[in-house]
Amino acid sequence: MKRLLLTTAAVLAGSSAFAEEIRVLNWQGYGTDIDWALAAYTEATGNTVVHEYFTSEQEMMTKLRTNPGAYDVVLVNSAFTAQMQAEGLLAAIDASKIPNFKDIDPAFAGNEDLNAGGALHGVPWTWGLTSFAVNTGDFATPPTSISVLWDPAYKGRISIRDDGLEAVQLAALATGQNINAITDLDAVKAKLTELMPQISTYWGSENDWNQYMAAGDLAAASYWSGSAARAISKGLPVAFVVPDEGAIGWLDGLSVPATSTKQDAAYTFIDWMIDPDFYVKWDAEGAPATSNMAAAAALPETSFNRSVLGDPAVVAKVQFMKPVSDDDRAKYLALWQELKAAQ
Amino acid sequence: MSDTLARQDRLRALMLLSPAYLWLTVAVFLPLSAMAFFSFLTDLPFGGRQWSITLANFAAFFQTPTYAILLWKSLQLGLIVTLLCVIIAFPCAYVLAKVIKGRWREAMFLLVILPFWSNSLVRVFSWAIVLRGNGVLDRAVNAVLPWDVKVNLMFSQSAIVIGLVHSYLPYVILTAYLALQALDDSLIEAARSLGAKKRTILWRIILPLSLPGLIAGAVLVFVPVVGSFMEPRLLGGRMGTYYGTVIEDQFVAVFNWPLGAALSFILLAVVLVILAVASPVLRRAQI
Repeated sequence: MKRLLLTTAAVLAGSSAFAEEIRVLNWQGYGTDIDWALAAYTEATGNTVVHEYFTSEQEMMTKLRTNPGAYDVVLVNSAFTAQMQAEGLLAAIDASKIPNFKDIDPAFAGNEDLNAGGALHGVPWTWGLTSFAVNTGDFATPPTSISVLWDPAYKGRISIRDDGLEAVQLAALATGQNINAITDLDAVKAKLTELMPQISTYWGSENDWNQYMAAGDLAAASYWSGSAARAISKGLPVAFVVPDEGAIGWLDGLSVPATSTKQDAAYTFIDWMIDPDFYVKWDAEGAPATSNMAAAAALPETSFNRSVLGDPAVVAKVQFMKPVSDDDRAKYLALWQELKAAQ
Repeated sequence: MSDTLARQDRLRALMLLSPAYLWLTVAVFLPLSAMAFFSFLTDLPFGGRQWSITLANFAAFFQTPTYAILLWKSLQLGLIVTLLCVIIAFPCAYVLAKVIKGRWREAMFLLVILPFWSNSLVRVFSWAIVLRGNGVLDRAVNAVLPWDVKVNLMFSQSAIVIGLVHSYLPYVILTAYLALQALDDSLIEAARSLGAKKRTILWRIILPLSLPGLIAGAVLVFVPVVGSFMEPRLLGGRMGTYYGTVIEDQFVAVFNWPLGAALSFILLAVVLVILAVASPVLRRAQI
């Protein structure tokens, strides 16, 4: 905490901004609006924070387009950063004004979507994975390949989510393709056709998934890293697997709108959000993985975000999701529906 | 004088009917027209989105065989469930109407209607507990049989059919019961006194006379089962993709309301055609 105060004091000393009101645009309940964090931030900097929420990326972009100057910090998923940068909605980030930026994993800091237009337009904040988890009752040691989903030994005890895009991307991983540039859709289709008889049911919610797994109905099923962390902390016998073939990743960044008039104050808030002290407390409440290496290292050994996602070897295997065109989305959905209808 | 009386009658009739018509307008006609309108749009006219009139949603049905396959699957499911409901319901209704008398009949009747008092979702989840491997059914069978059998009906077509038959059986029992109760016992006695065998009485008297009730029940079951989505999704697992679940997906998962509405109206049209084709048979049965 002392370090935190010092860094913010340093930032404040370097800027003329004092006691500003920062307007943040984010999903509700997603880190930036935690009461204790905001209270501490206001106490340390004098700045107050006002939130506005969006319920879809489209809504967020519409708000930025139609209310210039109304927001100072906005959460942007990396799949959307390039498009918004091209529209001129985002300001380039001056990383020198964010002291904690030096601890950001260089792989994230150099992410080509966040660096759209040749300059950083989003500070990497949190990330997570879509991969699969296994029942530790069936697997004494977790498998290392996604091919277990196709293993006849587990026929009828496999599940994936009922989602065309996710199914296609998992099959793309299994066929050794780039999830963002699927060239051989026929191979994906063939692979999914093989997968179908393995599946007992599709899962729809975290609750579904946890119940099936607790009852031993499933041996392996696709899952999200954050959900797996919660399942493990509840004591379910599961292990999250990031296979050699790779995993589907998402990355959220904090950006500053081009029209913000309080950019220096916005930097202090972003710095607060990527600070290890904040993240360690947030992790205890159930947070996604952090992009800050110092924050990941400060987590307790038992934390899922440290033991599983904190491993650089894991991060290296992740394929971060890029925007999917409407055409591709429709194509994947049609393929998935055709496969489901054929059952 | 008679003129004013007739007018008063008309006025009274109008006043008495108006709540019903108002209700039909608000609860049936308006939502249906809104859906019919949506089915011709390119996008929903909410939130300042661009939209125009199109037939593409209806064309989508014919562009891939997926929807036709699923519709065919749903129609087959409807037939199977309806047939099973009729076969099970008829003896039940007969026993209720002709065999059991007095207070016992009330008690049995209550048992038939009882499932209606619980939420359909609860019923489906109870079936899930019964049907799954290591579930109630599995344990019961293994407790009785000396050898080891694995009973896991969950996530199969059988599970869907069991769940749907259980949900819709009361409709057929009730309609068949009403028809059987209206049947005059003296007809059966007369046939018996003339030496007719039991089977002859059943085929020549009881069944033809109770057919209107059975058919009304069958229609009540067939139509919703063809469009059902909850039971297939929860009990069918991987096998649970039907026409109804695809429509549900359009509304809740991919937010393509126009396509969902178009698919719904195609289903409505197909069901109406089936009922129209069957109507001569149905009408003959009613006479």
